[in-house]
Amino acid sequence: MNFHDRHLLRLRVNGEDHSLSDLDPRVTLLDLLRERLQLTGTKKGCNFGECGACTVHLDGQRVNACMILAVSAEGREVTTIEGLANGNALHPVQQAFIDHDGFQCGFCTPGQVMSAAALIEEGHTSSDAEIREWMSGNLCRCSAYPQIVEAVRAAAGRASQ
Amino acid sequence: MMISQPVSRTDGRVKVTGCARYAADYSAADLLHAVLVTATIPVGRVTSIAVDDALAEKGVVRVLTHEDMPKFGRFTSPRPGADTEAPEGPPVAQSFMPMQGDEIRHEGQPVAIVLGGTLEAAEAGAHRVRLHYERGDAELPVAADWTAIDKAAVEPKESGFLFVEPTFSKGEIDDGLANAAATVEAVYLQPSRHHNAMEPSATLAEWNDSELTLHDATKHVYGVRQVLAARMNIPVEKVRVISRHTGGGFGGKGWIWPHQVLAAAAARITGRPVRLALSRANAYSCLGYQPRMAQKIVLAADRSGKLTAMQQDVVNLTTVTDDFVEFATEASKGLYATPAMRLRQRVERAHVAMPTPMRAPVEGPGTWALESAMDELAHRLVIDPLDLRLVSHADTDPATGRPWSSKKLREAYEEGARLFGWRERPREPQRDGDWLIGYGMATCSMGCFRNPTPAAEVRLHRDGTVLVRTGTQDIGTGTLTIFPQIAADVLGLPMEKVELEMGDTQLPEAGPTYGSSSTKGVGAAVLAAAEDARSQLARLANLLPYKVEMQDGHIRRKGVAGGQTIADVMHHTDVGEVIGSGSFDPAQHGKGLAMRTFGAIFMEVGVDPGLGLLRLRRAVGSYSAGRIINPRTARSQMTGGIIWGWGMAAMEQSKHEPMLGRFLSKNLSGVAIPVNADIPGDIIIHFVDEVDEHASPIGGKGIGELGATGVAAAVANAVFDATGKRIRELPITPEKLL
Amino acid sequence: MLNWLRLGIAEPTRIIDISRLDGLDQIEALAGGGLKIGALTHLNDVAQHALVMRDYPVLSQAILNAASPQLRNLATIGGNLLQKTRCAYFRAEEELPCNKREPGSGCSALHGINDNHAIFGWTEDCVATQPSDPAVALAALDAVIVTAHSSGGRRIPAAEFHLLPDTRPEAHNVLQHGELVTAIELPAPAPRSAYLKVRERESYEYAIVAAAAVLEMNGRTIRRAGLALGSVALRPWRLIAAEEQLAGADIGDRDALSAAIEQSFVEARPLSQNAYKIELAKNAALRAIEKAARMPS
Repeated sequence: MNFHDRHLLRLRVNGEDHSLSDLDPRVTLLDLLRERLQLTGTKKGCNFGECGACTVHLDGQRVNACMILAVSAEGREVTTIEGLANGNALHPVQQAFIDHDGFQCGFCTPGQVMSAAALIEEGHTSSDAEIREWMSGNLCRCSAYPQIVEAVRAAAGRASQ
Repeated sequence: MMISQPVSRTDGRVKVTGCARYAADYSAADLLHAVLVTATIPVGRVTSIAVDDALAEKGVVRVLTHEDMPKFGRFTSPRPGADTEAPEGPPVAQSFMPMQGDEIRHEGQPVAIVLGGTLEAAEAGAHRVRLHYERGDAELPVAADWTAIDKAAVEPKESGFLFVEPTFSKGEIDDGLANAAATVEAVYLQPSRHHNAMEPSATLAEWNDSELTLHDATKHVYGVRQVLAARMNIPVEKVRVISRHTGGGFGGKGWIWPHQVLAAAAARITGRPVRLALSRANAYSCLGYQPRMAQKIVLAADRSGKLTAMQQDVVNLTTVTDDFVEFATEASKGLYATPAMRLRQRVERAHVAMPTPMRAPVEGPGTWALESAMDELAHRLVIDPLDLRLVSHADTDPATGRPWSSKKLREAYEEGARLFGWRERPREPQRDGDWLIGYGMATCSMGCFRNPTPAAEVRLHRDGTVLVRTGTQDIGTGTLTIFPQIAADVLGLPMEKVELEMGDTQLPEAGPTYGSSSTKGVGAAVLAAAEDARSQLARLANLLPYKVEMQDGHIRRKGVAGGQTIADVMHHTDVGEVIGSGSFDPAQHGKGLAMRTFGAIFMEVGVDPGLGLLRLRRAVGSYSAGRIINPRTARSQMTGGIIWGWGMAAMEQSKHEPMLGRFLSKNLSGVAIPVNADIPGDIIIHFVDEVDEHASPIGGKGIGELGATGVAAAVANAVFDATGKRIRELPITPEKLL
Repeated sequence: MLNWLRLGIAEPTRIIDISRLDGLDQIEALAGGGLKIGALTHLNDVAQHALVMRDYPVLSQAILNAASPQLRNLATIGGNLLQKTRCAYFRAEEELPCNKREPGSGCSALHGINDNHAIFGWTEDCVATQPSDPAVALAALDAVIVTAHSSGGRRIPAAEFHLLPDTRPEAHNVLQHGELVTAIELPAPAPRSAYLKVRERESYEYAIVAAAAVLEMNGRTIRRAGLALGSVALRPWRLIAAEEQLAGADIGDRDALSAAIEQSFVEARPLSQNAYKIELAKNAALRAIEKAARMPS
């Protein structure tokens, strides 16, 4: 790979196939989403894997989009915050974040929601402590942490401990 | 009744679906991405900037240096009667503009801008710009101890950031000290700390002929407009600033920094739209921080615990250009009845980046020192820390003697203590496995900052829908929900009938979103505008405006059933909409009264002395802050404030590298801020039932910063309770606890 | 790796994506006991593998204490071992004097801010530490790093994989050009093992000090101990002298355990700001031993 080569990239984003030609190999998945596909819901908070604002699902697993070169996502399936709801019907995690006031400024929220949705799939909801630990890859400077835990617990269908 | 209801956030859906757009989410045709090249030395001159390698990078369009920049204009306050010769101050964040010459005054200062057709090209280009310097003699922050800081400290000079007299005294301090049964003298230190908002600031600047439009991450669209117009030497009418959502402010986006100006200049020079999204590293040297501070406090009290004297000497770090003063002494002026006070603020100048207010400014640092010292005094006198505070409760403002607009601190103490079980807490050392358990409390307080003169407009349409328009900003505090609540309340309509437009200089000017001032100020303006709309409708309905009420889409005389529908009134008078306007002039409210918010924070911490660990176990915050418009968003805001204070107490610090004149780490792995796992669910927020109509017709007086005050002291006091160790230097990290 | 590019720590002309190489992301039991973990196995998959959780809790715990859930979905066990120091001078967004970034440019931390730097094995050329959590567990477990190279592969003891700064301060590990980590082999199961990580915030942070303990017990008596400390040196630091003295000690005899640990701290040398790490590391080692002893066997 030479940095001045251009690449063809095919990947599926939110159920839609994309074929991108002339791709600079330095482009990260995050910048691809934001700058090429205009999917700006995924946020750039640090660009170093230190905040979690760019969390998306790659083949169903949550990952930091800033830590992935777009070319290495060839053939993969990406879900972003824009693709989480089913049409107008919010994903249960999205609804729970509203119901439990799990955000303030909203900038980290897409990453929090994507992380929470994956966390529930992973089954890391046996206790509030487990939720807290497994939500710790997403910084929230407004510090909605307790409400986020409430939202995740509710979305996972668990009663308060 | 919508006011005081826990209404769910109106911005919920856009924020959980990723549809809420922040400054860096905007794009434009033919966009150029800007990346800053910043100085790596703290003082000196750039002798040459080699740009050829950068320009050779494919996709790099231009590299701008100081030689390309226009001469930026000087900002003078648009307020009538403003002194045009006075040093620049807010909304300008720092008077020094980089890239106006070769001079470097702090590490991280922008010295060149690389513009690329793609972000990747601009970033690669920025790596290839080579700077050569002539180094100057750097004045760097001295060692973090009182002797060194005291020696380096100087009186602040005239500055746009000197908002209050730097010294204050009342009574006879010597008598107070002589009459004391106990005194505490101690120095409290805190490091520089950054806002670390999750959204790094970003600006998209676009020129259309002579008109400039900015999408900006800011807490003050009108401030950006004024400063940009001044710097670019164009009339304010030619500048439009839009900020629909801002990804966390906390102070760092309050005033206007050089990067916003540089983005506009780059766009003008190139004739293309320019987006400058600051890197996380840029955010450490281009957006301010709460400066390193040292506070020496002397408290003296008689046997009953009544304060007889209070002396405080505060020194904060600032730049060589502007004397930014962090007025920690303001807390001491307003918290306790004291016959004698002597307070002094000084600064330590160094070649560092400019500090700025940060949640919670002034009283945040102030309560850290004062509330720690109060705890020390309580232990010396063997009085319960809460009782000590009650003994010196200030029934009037200690500094001025003025009556309070309202104050229910006694209730806040009492109700908080009850919720926490403070009076029943175990007095013997408590253990939970390896953890020593401790309890601590502190008083919380913030000044009541009221910004003149926010305005709002409320448009009531014939179909019973409402549009509220006000040029304030969303930073997540809940105003997007609270303002519609206020309008809905006055106009007797459900929330879903009310829409709100904010964050645009095409809307009525409503001031900055800082200083915990939005609800009491802009909220009061919305209230007045809604009342104006209702009055106009009353006149259309041939009713006396002050005798009407509106409910369920009807307007009617108070206490009379039925009434006419909004649609009928407007239809019969052939009116499509009524436009109510309102504003809030603080000078007209609460004259002669002292205003503050108050509260008490109670905390339980665990300390593992073997591993030096400190963890939060539970907390109760109990507040006297006037009327709470939305208890749901307010609870979140106070919880966030307490966690902010926890970060200050337990981990946050931006270390000044002693040789290089830079912050050691400019990233979120080198600078710790709290994560979810740090925060227990057991945080109780309580508000005393209170309405302060002197502070604002809305009855509230601001909560955004109050929650973050007192916390650091409460934590240190709890650590003392757990371990017997008095920690006087933040943050309370393992090496201090072993 | 992407961050090295962003910071200018690495300026490669080519990057090869090895993530799709076949067969390197499997975990399989070895004949005769032990476990082989493919180098490309993602961290979360290693940590939550039933055999790893049951037989090597120290490794599972170490991994789950590393980074964040999202990063552990991306990072592989092999890649984790190759991470470079977190020394703030090395990681700065501008190149600062640092022998690891530019050999011969000096060590800024030596007389700068070094409160979280090494207490063992440092030289004036470099006082940084190796931040990997799994590496500490692997060192305590006596794991083997298996590599491949066009000229044939190697089997490298985990405790010797990373390099101290005494020879080539710019190097982080023993890998040669063209050499690839393909697997990690764990010896016989070590159910009585535990990892302890000390950090100011509860999660998503590098260690100030970490400790891994692997015990073989006979009732309450320690038969054999493997002990390693993390974030105290440029490699996971084995406490060999302590291990020797621990054999035969009663797990309930704190004084004996502490005295054993003390043996390995004779060679500890603090820097100007990090003497506290010596006490902290001793305490962490003791706690890790006690934690390991409490694990079900």
